[in-house]
Amino acid sequence: MRSFQQRVQELESRGIQVVAISVDPPDINRRQRQKLGYTYTFLSDPKAEVIRRYDVLHPGAGPKGTDIARPAEFLVDSSGTIRWVNLTENIAVRARPQQVLEAFEEGKQTVPQ
Amino acid sequence: MNMSASGKRSWNWSLWTGFLFALAGFFSYTFFAQFPLTRDFPWANLLLFAIGGILLLLGLFRAFGKPKVYRGKILGPILAVLGICMFGFFSYVFFYVLRQVPASTGAPRVGQKAPEFTLSDQDGKDVSLHDLTSKSKAVALIFYRGFW
Repeated sequence: MRSFQQRVQELESRGIQVVAISVDPPDINRRQRQKLGYTYTFLSDPKAEVIRRYDVLHPGAGPKGTDIARPAEFLVDSSGTIRWVNLTENIAVRARPQQVLEAFEEGKQTVPQ
Repeated sequence: MNMSASGKRSWNWSLWTGFLFALAGFFSYTFFAQFPLTRDFPWANLLLFAIGGILLLLGLFRAFGKPKVYRGKILGPILAVLGICMFGFFSYVFFYVLRQVPASTGAPRVGQKAPEFTLSDQDGKDVSLHDLTSKSKAVALIFYRGFW
């Protein structure tokens, strides 16, 4: 999350918008975003409906056994098509901005239209 | 063994420094997690544990091999066992607990349409995936655990 904030300008200048999604409610997102100085968008999925739709639910992994999202990253192009997916096997290991930038550049080459 | 005899024996420094290295290995992951190289695989922590282990072993050899020169016959095994426990717990968490992630076999794949959604942003405003994709060349969706 922090690493994406560090390179958010570079990502945005190339036309890549960064969006974080979790089960946290909007007010927590607003507070944390302010506190940590994040500028990208934080979306709130309190019932984990979208998290389920993307099959990235981690059942019972939250406090008191609540359902939360597992770490996962998707790059979606402007037509709404998935261009890159990262499903980590270790909770501590997340995608890096560099991977997203590389996937984006590759996607531009393989999708000429 | 009387007081004066034990007082003459040298301080077994390698036991203590070894134990400190093990402690550092155990507690420093949050620091090393800031850097991709030492976060994805805990090289730095394992290195600290390795140095700690060597020093503890050296300390034990001194304590038991030259008991007249070095101290640590009682404390040595205690520190060594604590060090092994910390290493064991660290390995258990990093190589087992943190890997208990659902397989997500049903997650949308490359080339598929990303499932549409509408969610509230940090200001309570509704944002849909279509809003996002229509305004930029690409959108990086980062699902995270939350509950900070």
